[in-house]
Amino acid sequence: LLRSSQPLTGPNRRRCREDEQLLGTILDEGERGFIIDTRSAQAAKQARMGGGGTEPKSSYPQWRRLHRALERGRPLQESFIKLVEACGELSMERWLARLDSSRWLSHVKAALSTACLAAQCLDREGSHVLVHGAEGTDTTLLVTALAQLILEPSCRTLQGFQGLLEREWIQAGHPFQLRCARSASSHARGKQEAPLFLLFLDCVWQLSRQFPCSLEFGEQLLLTLFDNAYASAYGTFLCNNERERSVLCKVKESTHSLWAWLNQPQEKHKYLNPLYSHNPLVIWPSVEPQSIQLWQGLFLRWIRPSQHLDEAWEEIQRLVKGK
Amino acid sequence: FHPVSLLQVENVKLLDRYASRRAASGTLYLTATHLIYVDASAEVRKETWILHHHISSVEKLPLTTAGYPLLIHCKNFHVAHFVIGQERDCHDVFTSLLKLSQPVKPEELYAFSYNPKMSKENREMGWKLIDLKLDYQRMGIPNSSWEITDINKDYEVCSTYPPEIVVPRAATKAVVMGSSRFRSRGRIPVLSYLYRENNAALCRCSQPLAGFSARCLEDEQMLQAIREANPGCPFMYVVDTRPKLNAMANRAAGKGYENEDNYENIRFKFIGIENIHVMRSSLQKLLEVCEMKSPSMSDFLTGLENSGWLRHIKAVMDAGVFLAKAVREERASVLVHCSDGWDRTAQVCSLASLLLDPFYRTFKGFMVLIEKEWIAMGHKFSHRCGHLDGDPKEVSPVFTQFVECVWQLMQQFPCSFEFSERFLLEIHDHIYSCQFGNFLGTCHKEREELRIFEKTHSLWPFLLQRKQELRNPLYRGFTAYKELQPNTLPFSFQFWCGMYNRFDKGMHPKQCVLDQLLSCVSQKVTLEDNASELENKLPLLDGPVPSAGCTSAKAGAAAATAPTPPQDCAGGAAPVLSNGPSLGHQQHKESPAQAQDLGASREDGQAQHQ
Repeated sequence: LLRSSQPLTGPNRRRCREDEQLLGTILDEGERGFIIDTRSAQAAKQARMGGGGTEPKSSYPQWRRLHRALERGRPLQESFIKLVEACGELSMERWLARLDSSRWLSHVKAALSTACLAAQCLDREGSHVLVHGAEGTDTTLLVTALAQLILEPSCRTLQGFQGLLEREWIQAGHPFQLRCARSASSHARGKQEAPLFLLFLDCVWQLSRQFPCSLEFGEQLLLTLFDNAYASAYGTFLCNNERERSVLCKVKESTHSLWAWLNQPQEKHKYLNPLYSHNPLVIWPSVEPQSIQLWQGLFLRWIRPSQHLDEAWEEIQRLVKGK
Repeated sequence: FHPVSLLQVENVKLLDRYASRRAASGTLYLTATHLIYVDASAEVRKETWILHHHISSVEKLPLTTAGYPLLIHCKNFHVAHFVIGQERDCHDVFTSLLKLSQPVKPEELYAFSYNPKMSKENREMGWKLIDLKLDYQRMGIPNSSWEITDINKDYEVCSTYPPEIVVPRAATKAVVMGSSRFRSRGRIPVLSYLYRENNAALCRCSQPLAGFSARCLEDEQMLQAIREANPGCPFMYVVDTRPKLNAMANRAAGKGYENEDNYENIRFKFIGIENIHVMRSSLQKLLEVCEMKSPSMSDFLTGLENSGWLRHIKAVMDAGVFLAKAVREERASVLVHCSDGWDRTAQVCSLASLLLDPFYRTFKGFMVLIEKEWIAMGHKFSHRCGHLDGDPKEVSPVFTQFVECVWQLMQQFPCSFEFSERFLLEIHDHIYSCQFGNFLGTCHKEREELRIFEKTHSLWPFLLQRKQELRNPLYRGFTAYKELQPNTLPFSFQFWCGMYNRFDKGMHPKQCVLDQLLSCVSQKVTLEDNASELENKLPLLDGPVPSAGCTSAKAGAAAATAPTPPQDCAGGAAPVLSNGPSLGHQQHKESPAQAQDLGASREDGQAQHQ
């Protein structure tokens, strides 16, 4: 599973031998690979006008390109805002209509489907996969991180998941500071604000609902990560990339790590899933609408009482530990 | 294959929702009671059972390259898509199923031929398991204000009420009889539930025959008697669960609703739950959504919205909440009716009781609730569930909606019910299965005429025997929660995949939390019993060790709690798949049958990871 940003093909169909060679070394003689472009075919084509574009078939003959348009940027932020606002709706008809028009759950479905596609290429076809969108910092990471959760049991442990986050989001350069500035309540026209990381966490939650015994961590971890991405006492999610963290802000010297805090024994237990048992197999989520649910624990967190659900969680822990 | 099969057809494929061409060929059998499809192609034999009574429609679809398709829709929302190799066979199956799924006379119903190996005494005891008098006693009745009267023992007051009803002591025979002449079908106001904490009573009846201006002194006296039985509140509510327009339209037919001017100290209120025809249509639309092949999220949500289904569920829930609140907080008695007082009235009264009283959230209590508010009080199960070939306009998912309201409550209050979703699905299956006598007919009088209590079995003992698999492992006990106060904002209502897409295994979570927790519980019980057995031996260490035959009562009970089919009941109900069917090879039985005779290996309920 590889990731990158878009090739700078441009309107004049530039070529780059080194790039072609690089991708060439990955595939053996006669082998085929897949490129999953997270933009629509049309958007990808239009990107050429701005100097970007797609890998032309003639230059990359062993690679087959698939387009799976995933929402990003301002439209995704709007989707998020619409959903949050819909939650206060009093009429059932309008609630369902607003839930639908927010399109949030459609984005969840699309993200999971694309991740499944990448995972299928690897697992079922035995092919290499390259994932990219435009910048390689948003929908690209969404797909690669989810695909690894689907395929790789070690990513589903508490340790492994933290490693996945470090690798596929933080070090890969998802611009947290730009994306997670103000969340849903802000009406600031920040063009860079977009809840990709939240969408990722939502998809992880969907996986945990469909495979309640296969993730070593529970919903509480996902909520904590969401909180810390936006506002944190820890340096882990600061800045936009490794360069800013090390050179500009000297994060490692001047802040504490979220992981260090989370992994302390007295904290860790809150984040573990009592039903977890190691599942060595690939976990294929269903992307039927009936299988995808609104993440109530996040979106309704402050508008509905959680007492009974907390008690249920305690009961589950009690039952499992009593074993 | 031991049960006598009326028809056997080879070269039949059962397609899943993705209609994959690679479906294996199997054999279709029709017995007197079931359709059984056997796929013996893989290592593990797979069986699909469909009870004829569950079939609501059979359609021949246009010919395809694979063969002659037959689409079967079931009342429990199972949809089976068969493709039969030969046209003649397809036609034979089609005509047989049409006949088998539409019995004409009550005697043709399964309950009259169902014969598990059970003694006569046990069968009779099964019918005595639920005693409504005990529930009234639990409420403190009879007391100074309320009595259980047998005035209806010959159905003189109301032919669709049970022989024993609870009325205010102050209501004389004249009042009762007079009121019965003023109420649609004689369904006078009677007690549903008495809230002992403050003496507020939940009562039910049918619409008054008020027309535009008719009055009835006795009926007014009846309501007065109800109100005065609760001195703690100067007024009482009269709640009409219909939309105002419908109720008003009824006035033109000489029926209608209570005029606040004629009845002292009542506060009248419309709640606006739609009628059985709207609900039937709503469910139909919902099921169309559920059957969509690979819909987008938007298709699904729009379809869900257009069906109106969750809106109706919310309306029923809101009504139950209103009643419970009136009783609990305003200390006011409430009299509820719809048109005939056997559909919406049953839903909201039983729901309100459940919200108020934790007893109804136990196994026994829920059975009592159904026996009381639905069966005894004359909900027309036979018509609403289409048991016999009758008027399709009488069919409506009224009980289904009630069951869903209970499920919605379980989502909000996961530790408050002694039973799990599986229990609800079992009961729901059986209102259509006609395997047991409880839901046959339309009222007590009819059940007596059909001699249900002599000729059929009661469902309840069979379900109680399977408590261990139908229970809720998170139940915190009877005293943990008193009343439930659910949130009824739209987001609180979820789509019940386990009911409406129950048989679409791919849609459900792949691992079943319920099973995991149940096995923790039973392991825990075994360990505890082992521990106490060992503990019992400690004081005797210096003395003789107890003999091997001396096991503690609890250990014996623990051994019996592993879910195995009881020996004297050949028809143990099939395990219901909810929230986490296992993948891989499994049998899928719709309905009990002589399971042991068929030699089919039972579903092992192990969650298998893909």
